[in-house]
Amino acid sequence: MSPITTTLAKALNTGLRAAMEDDPKVIVMGEDVGKLGGVFRVTDGLQKDFGDHRVLDTPLAESGIIGTAVGLAMRGYRPVTEIQFDGFVFPGFDQIISQVAKITYRTQGAWSMPMVIRIPFGGGIGAVEHHAEAPESFFCHVAGLRVVSCSTAQDAYDMLRAAVACDDPVVFFEPKRRYWEKGSLDTDLNAATLGAWPPPSFRTVVRRPGTDVTVASYGPSMPVLSAAADAAATEGRSLEIIDLRSLSPLDLDPVIASVRRTGRLVVVSEAPRESSVTADIAARVTEEAFYSLAAPVIRVAGFDTPYPPSRLEDEYLPDLDKVLDAVDRALAY
Amino acid sequence: MAGAPPRSRPADPYPPMTAGEAAARGAAGLRGQPTPSEVIAGLRATSHGEDLVQLLSPEGTFTPHVDFPIELTGGLLRGLYRDMVLVRRFDREGNALQRQGQLSIWVPLLGQEAAQIGAGRAMRPRDMAFPSYREHGVAWCRGVDPTQLVGIFRGTDHCGWDPRATRFNSYTIVIGNQVLNATGYAMGQRFDGVIGSPPVTGDGDLGDGELREDTNEATIAFFGDGATSQGDVHEGMVFAAAFDAPVVFYCQNNQWAISEPVAKQSRVPLWERSTGYGFPGVRVDGNDVLACLAVTRWALEECRSGNGPVMIEAFTYRMDAHTTSDDPTRYRLAAEEEHWKLLDPIERVRAHLSRQGLADQDFFDAVGVEADELAARFRAHCIAMVKPPPERMFANVYTEPHHQLAAQQREYLAYLDSFADQAGA
Repeated sequence: MSPITTTLAKALNTGLRAAMEDDPKVIVMGEDVGKLGGVFRVTDGLQKDFGDHRVLDTPLAESGIIGTAVGLAMRGYRPVTEIQFDGFVFPGFDQIISQVAKITYRTQGAWSMPMVIRIPFGGGIGAVEHHAEAPESFFCHVAGLRVVSCSTAQDAYDMLRAAVACDDPVVFFEPKRRYWEKGSLDTDLNAATLGAWPPPSFRTVVRRPGTDVTVASYGPSMPVLSAAADAAATEGRSLEIIDLRSLSPLDLDPVIASVRRTGRLVVVSEAPRESSVTADIAARVTEEAFYSLAAPVIRVAGFDTPYPPSRLEDEYLPDLDKVLDAVDRALAY
Repeated sequence: MAGAPPRSRPADPYPPMTAGEAAARGAAGLRGQPTPSEVIAGLRATSHGEDLVQLLSPEGTFTPHVDFPIELTGGLLRGLYRDMVLVRRFDREGNALQRQGQLSIWVPLLGQEAAQIGAGRAMRPRDMAFPSYREHGVAWCRGVDPTQLVGIFRGTDHCGWDPRATRFNSYTIVIGNQVLNATGYAMGQRFDGVIGSPPVTGDGDLGDGELREDTNEATIAFFGDGATSQGDVHEGMVFAAAFDAPVVFYCQNNQWAISEPVAKQSRVPLWERSTGYGFPGVRVDGNDVLACLAVTRWALEECRSGNGPVMIEAFTYRMDAHTTSDDPTRYRLAAEEEHWKLLDPIERVRAHLSRQGLADQDFFDAVGVEADELAARFRAHCIAMVKPPPERMFANVYTEPHHQLAAQQREYLAYLDSFADQAGA
């Protein structure tokens, strides 16, 4: 198939459809994922085509969704669960932490947990409370889980296919404010790598080479980094833009290699700054590339406040100016 | 089967203490003893009520039940007796091993042998069980050797048996989690179409030269009275009802959630909760192994034939502490335990066997000898269990390779090796 132009949400839908066609054990479950197609329409049309025994509208209980998915995985299914919004995952947090993440370890490998937990995350859509959070750091802290986030239509498809194929539980963060942004999708492009380990789409990728400052992020902030690189270029500054894609485990070798060349690193994330993915990257880059650093690692992140009322979210979120300011500070050392 | 719940709660004649009363008790040095309201809550639990299904009285008299028929044979009764005696024996050995410092903790099942053996022996090989952490008797019925249970409590593993091969899941310590997992597994059984086939009778030979096997399956979830307050148990029942899942919710009401009596968990008898979810519930004498067997057989068959879910409340008593770390004298009276001793699950079977001439002294002696041999084997195995190698810490965190964890393991093993170098130098 030749490449098409499609939205990130539609690419996810295409990926789910392909996974369900390939393996009858792949099932989709969550709130409103059936007739409605999910509140973001990511599961649109799947119940009509695969039936309500493979696309399950569940009762409104997140612990129930995750906890029953555990039993279904033991039964040989590969559940793809949808949590409707980031802030609603916490009723299911106990099952994720206590069962999903630990069952393989507890049983010395007798059970594996091939489960995907899809979570639309992040702000920028003018939503009410609990609909704009970036809770990825909680999950990155838990042994037994893998955590990834996509930022392009191609990655949305490739990474979701890789997540479904993975025999470990994958928490899959989808940048909800980018759902309707279009990009190129070639479903054949990485088809040969499906089932390979590690999946190429879970590896850190350099999106744009540069020489002065390395800027790394993931998910919803990637277009902000692109715009920053454009703006910096007009001032004669060359930014190297990196998309982490996998947040746990981190694939830091490309970041370290980049820092060895640029000497400067800015890390960007919507999540609150302390005890976060950005904090971990700063610590590990300091450990592994200390003598290459010409400046401290600078973090651009959400504040350590609850997510604010949406009229304030442009103050809260990393944006072009904040990233350029961080680049200025990195270069000032 | 469930009756209408009471419209309003009767006034509590033994209300909790006021702050002033509590202070006075403390000043009088009575702090460590149960209050009158706690004592009454415990004694209330000894009232069975009229709705209890019982086949074998505490005195050993058998009375058939029209809804739960059972074919009594000497072999069945002797087998159940042996199961219960052996399980009680290694359970007591577990307590002793903890007291001698060989186990960090033991979770006793004393008093719940009938509730567990009855349910465990009602299961067929294809059925799946999801235990909490006290189900040593069910484990026994699933072919899990007692020595495979002990690593959890000695700290050498988190699960010493294969939950797939035995169809007995790992122990689940977070209260109520396993009820949702069981419901999901049962949903899978429904999606797989392994329920609702016509039952195969006799030996499966229908005279056409082909032997048929009953391929129907069910799931059973074990949890306690305390767990009924957990959201996961509620959600498990909601999901099971929504998806017609073939799961038996088997609640062992042993009257105490550590120090909290059932009255703290529910205003109504626990089995009546099933009404609210739209499926049947039965309260069974949890100290009557025949009743537990007959009712669980019925419930599992309901599920296998597509009529699940079903709830069972096995009304029993935790004769020992919650765990070896617990001290029940702080919250309940010895008189309560004395009452339940008269309802012992093993003695009534022994009485029935003797009175009916189904077992002689040689049989009872032989079971006793076998129990002591099991305990000795259990003990010897336990004491021989050594600290696992450090690599074990890093194993099976993930199924697929994980470079970050692999690096941590390499670094730690190199760190350990550095001490070997020093020792050799």
